[in-house]
Amino acid sequence: MTSGQIEIQVLAVVVAVACAVPGTFLVLRRLALVSDAISHSILLGIVLGFFVTGNVNSPFLLVGAALVGVLTVVLVGVLQRTGLVREDAAIGLVFPALFSIGVILISRYADGVHLDIDAVLLGELAFAPFDRLVFWGWDWGPTSLVVMSVILALNVAAVVVFWKEVKLATFDPALAVALGFTPALVQYGLMSLVSLTAVGAFDAVGSILVVALMIAPPATAYLLTDGLARLLVLAAALGAASALGGYWLAYVLDASIAGAMATMAGVFFVAAWLLAPERGLVAAARRRARQRLEFAQTMLAIHLANHEGRPEAAVESRVGHLDEHLRWDAEFAERIVRGATRRGLVVERAGLLELTPRGRELAQEAVAS
Amino acid sequence: MPDLAAIALLSDYTLRTVALGSAALGITSGALGTFAVLRRQSLLGDAISHAALPGVALAFLLTGSKASLALVVGAALAGFVATLVVIGVVATTRIKYDSALGIVLSVFFGFGLVLLTLIQRRPDASQAGLDRFLFGQAAALLQSDLLTMAILGGIALALMLLAWKELKLLAFDPDFGSSLGFPMRALDVLLTGLLVVAIVIGLQTVGVVLMAAMVIAPAAAARQWTDRLGGVAGLAALFGAAAGVSGALLSAETERLPTGPTIVICATLIVVVSLLFAPRRGIVWREVRGRRDRRRLRVAAVLADLLALERQHPQVEHGHSAGVLSVMSGGALTTLQALEQRGLVKRLGDDAWALTDAGRARARAAE
Repeated sequence: MTSGQIEIQVLAVVVAVACAVPGTFLVLRRLALVSDAISHSILLGIVLGFFVTGNVNSPFLLVGAALVGVLTVVLVGVLQRTGLVREDAAIGLVFPALFSIGVILISRYADGVHLDIDAVLLGELAFAPFDRLVFWGWDWGPTSLVVMSVILALNVAAVVVFWKEVKLATFDPALAVALGFTPALVQYGLMSLVSLTAVGAFDAVGSILVVALMIAPPATAYLLTDGLARLLVLAAALGAASALGGYWLAYVLDASIAGAMATMAGVFFVAAWLLAPERGLVAAARRRARQRLEFAQTMLAIHLANHEGRPEAAVESRVGHLDEHLRWDAEFAERIVRGATRRGLVVERAGLLELTPRGRELAQEAVAS
Repeated sequence: MPDLAAIALLSDYTLRTVALGSAALGITSGALGTFAVLRRQSLLGDAISHAALPGVALAFLLTGSKASLALVVGAALAGFVATLVVIGVVATTRIKYDSALGIVLSVFFGFGLVLLTLIQRRPDASQAGLDRFLFGQAAALLQSDLLTMAILGGIALALMLLAWKELKLLAFDPDFGSSLGFPMRALDVLLTGLLVVAIVIGLQTVGVVLMAAMVIAPAAAARQWTDRLGGVAGLAALFGAAAGVSGALLSAETERLPTGPTIVICATLIVVVSLLFAPRRGIVWREVRGRRDRRRLRVAAVLADLLALERQHPQVEHGHSAGVLSVMSGGALTTLQALEQRGLVKRLGDDAWALTDAGRARARAAE
């Protein structure tokens, strides 16, 4: 690997982890689509900031763009409070408008300068190593890597310092108010971090893929684990894995790195959806099948216990009779009898089923409960 | 000047195609967007339109055709799959609707970008033109595209009208609908399918990134003007067409003015005007009515207070100061001055007010 490749991968991982931290809270607070809105509308902030500073990498531009991101959230809130449109429509009205103004400004006044529309959507991860931050006679690395590292540190610091406030406001805002905290403050703090992160990541991965990195890894983690701390760590790890996997996928296919990162994030999500222990589709299907068998075996035990020691037992206890009495087909009955025999609930003697003491106990327990 | 524009519009082949195409997309997305907005599924449109990108790219990779029908079918299939994934994730996991939408729109879009870059790197440089699906390009519309849009849009609108009362039931009271024996789930699938069609026929003109706005904005604007579903849908179709045609023509006539964003800005202006000025619901209208109501309330309160005071001092004609009345109902002085002009209140001294006969009659009538 060349040093450029390593730098791109490090940058990709830093971006992904920086996105996963505020993203976890967005997913938990059902604000996922706010990331969609913010990541689009900051384009306007970036363009306006670019007109003012004339420099795409100026820190003022970062702050200005982040303010436009927060403004988006405020506008959505204002629109919603008029009672004329609902929240989803308010989001869908505000960000396309701001984004459109941004795109129009770029294509009319900044075309070909340093901002172009493809970069808006795709990001320019591959070119990141060429833009280096040099001061005090020292090469500090790619500018976007330095910027994103600072943002990552800020995100982590904010979560660590305000851990209990953030946790409280996320899981029980009513209690937070009762205890004298201001959830709205946490809300706007979170929105500021989301905006800042989106602005920083925007350069690297483009606007829509910011959404992928903010939402997909935390949602995947949410399928796999519980507990806020574990969720954050796992989301960050999944983000980093998506970044690295995406980089190499793009390398192999010679395709967009950012797109491949989003694709990998999606692959991880689908894998977790299907295969997660306990919550995955496969685990759920197996659990249901097992419960069905156990239930059927219990039914068999109860059935046998009912007729045990009575004259009709000779008829009722035949394996062949089960399809009639319990409405099982022969194959299913066979399977259940085999399973129940294996578990030591029944024994078969001369075509008749007999309960073992354990089977009798199970039947009694099941009927008693 | 308008005459010139009209003549240009009728004679210029490109402009006519552009105008008709964007009208078709505006009508379809406006009318069907009404249901999405009413059912709080506005952002499903965003997910569908982003998710259409890999469909467009795959359709091109598989068929090698840039004919809009092939691409539109690919887009529609991808959009429909995206919807199914959203529904599946919400139904089978503890992930909420908003996160499911976010994942689907960004991951599908990211995958679409991977495919687009693959296509761009193919040696046969015939791929030029898929880029227009990102931000739309009205000027690139051909007559054949127009035909595809018109036919698909027409079918979608016809189905919507055929199933009108069932869809109305679905939008307002799906539980009642299923109790009546209507297949609500099938209707939901139908409506989502129609929404997908409405979105994909706009992609070439508006682009995947902003098509959601064409679903939401016309309906949100139309909702302010009327309370009837038919009215909202009809008006939304009109607004959608107006935004589409004006935006597309502006963009086709001006250099370096991308079509999608221009159409979205036109639609947003319609929304702003509607939110401000729509009768009854509009913000300005509400403000005016609020002020009028407050003024009427103050007048009634001051008259009633004066009447009450008068009854406590029956022997002589007695003036009461504005200060006393302000204690009773607040800010009375301006109201008193206004009432004096209307002849309902008279001034006995510098700051001594009493009811006139007319004022007394008004106050008694209001009791």
